[in-house]
Amino acid sequence: MQLSIYPFLPIFLFAACVIGLAIILLVVANLFNPVHPGRVKGMPYESGMDPFHDTRRRFDIRFHLLAIAFMVFDVELLFLYPWAVAVRPAAENVPAAAPAAAPAAAKAPTAAESAPAKPSRGSVAGVHQGWQNRNAVFIGAMLFILLLVLGFVYDWRKGVFNWR
Amino acid sequence: MLLPLTLEALLKIALLIAGLMTAAAYFVLLERWIAAWVQDRLGPNRVGVPLTKIRLFGLGQPIADGVKFLFKAEFTPGHVDKFIYFLAPMSIFAAAILVFAVIPFGSALPPNIFPASWGVGEPIQLVAAPGIDVGMIYVFAVGSIAVYGVVLGGWASNNKYSFLGGLRSGAQLISYELPLGLGILGVVLASGSLRLETIISQQAQSGAWNCFLQPLGFLVFAVASFAEAGRLPFDLPEAEQELVGGYHTEYSGIKLMMYLVAEFLHMITASFLIAILFLGGWHFWGLTDGGGPDGNTVTWVVAVLRIIVLLAKVMAMILFFMVVRWSWPRFRYDQLMDIGWKVMIPWGLANLIAVAVWVEYGDRIAHSLGLPPLLCMGLCGFVILLLGWYVATKADPTLNDNRPRRRLISPDRHVEKIEV
Repeated sequence: MQLSIYPFLPIFLFAACVIGLAIILLVVANLFNPVHPGRVKGMPYESGMDPFHDTRRRFDIRFHLLAIAFMVFDVELLFLYPWAVAVRPAAENVPAAAPAAAPAAAKAPTAAESAPAKPSRGSVAGVHQGWQNRNAVFIGAMLFILLLVLGFVYDWRKGVFNWR
Repeated sequence: MLLPLTLEALLKIALLIAGLMTAAAYFVLLERWIAAWVQDRLGPNRVGVPLTKIRLFGLGQPIADGVKFLFKAEFTPGHVDKFIYFLAPMSIFAAAILVFAVIPFGSALPPNIFPASWGVGEPIQLVAAPGIDVGMIYVFAVGSIAVYGVVLGGWASNNKYSFLGGLRSGAQLISYELPLGLGILGVVLASGSLRLETIISQQAQSGAWNCFLQPLGFLVFAVASFAEAGRLPFDLPEAEQELVGGYHTEYSGIKLMMYLVAEFLHMITASFLIAILFLGGWHFWGLTDGGGPDGNTVTWVVAVLRIIVLLAKVMAMILFFMVVRWSWPRFRYDQLMDIGWKVMIPWGLANLIAVAVWVEYGDRIAHSLGLPPLLCMGLCGFVILLLGWYVATKADPTLNDNRPRRRLISPDRHVEKIEV
């Protein structure tokens, strides 16, 4: 299957339009507004007090730990998306085949009753997928999730998620 | 090929941007009305047609607000980091609108609105960028840009309140992105596609919405999208009483408007996603059945009905968001983090594993039990929901017990020494 740029064209157009709109709004607002700068007006608003030291000081390490934990888990989650899409047979992924697949899906329980040992899922697609192979995929995915859980438990035990 | 595609896309984009800006403005009015109703006062009811005495229930208020934002002093404080200060509201505003590129507003319109000589033979898809296979990933990716707008805005403002607000809000947004992703992953696994149209049409085919099949995933996703939208009870980013407005303390005029519009658009996006992923999209039993699940042979009546059903669901979700905002107090920051990391992520993982097991072995299990597969899956879903609830409340009794007590802190909530 060839990857075409056409479906993505509206997104690029949309991005250009929206960024253009944001710039136009800023420019228009800057054309019409009154400008009266002042020394006190330019000070940071901190409840009316004079600011007494630099803003960008050291902050709590927990934000940093949290960000690292987020990076790890989010990337692991992203790796799960291809599995989530591909674990289903191909026929159910193609929207054009959906009406054709509808009666087959409706008949699935009765078909399963007549042939109990063999679920009709793999055969609908015309793609032969043996149960042995699918079991391996399932176990692999579960092991991957187990890794995620292990990291999660480790962080929890280390106290990364404690905020008081 | 290229020109009609571009024209169609531009037309949809113009409609979308205009519609979304108007919707955001009028949802502000609606929210103020609901606030007034909750607090037993009148709310905005004065501004109507200008230069006359016609009041129109205050329907002119959003337009007046917009004009005011445009003509207010575009003041830039002297102490800010100029480039980032301007970039932050633009990025959050653009990203909030851009998400709608792949969100469908119905199934499809039949092509016979145009004269036959125009040669429009295909149904008109009600989405700005139809045929994107990675729709859900796109929504997730563009939605995450909001973190940049918030953190950069807080950083560039060079104000301690803004800085603290930006930090807190950044931590909140990234924390709740994980449960959000887990909730989405359950739906993607069950329907086997990242296209939002396909996710809806699968729910329409089976007639069982995902909120019945995976109630725990629905709960996790709904809570996480409340937090991502920064709505009460998760509005820590701009806790007015503590942070004087948080990351947008130093913003005024049109840049503040960009932040506020983006916030409302986040809520609208979240409502659309909840309606599409879990509440069946445009499907309603008996109302929207004719015309095929992907709308290829749809009639006008059904096409319009589908749009109305979807928008009614979205509207109901938005009203729910607003009523929750005016009836719940805000969480404390440690409560927020505890709910995100210690409750929502384990629940999301449990839901994901349950759905994975179901996709793999569900037909066999249902057959051996002699029940219809979908009914069986729904029952399992509710069992897992109750189980998750039970385990979580056993682990932390303060979760479902609201009675006043002397020791609100459960035993495991002491500060531990963090070893790095």
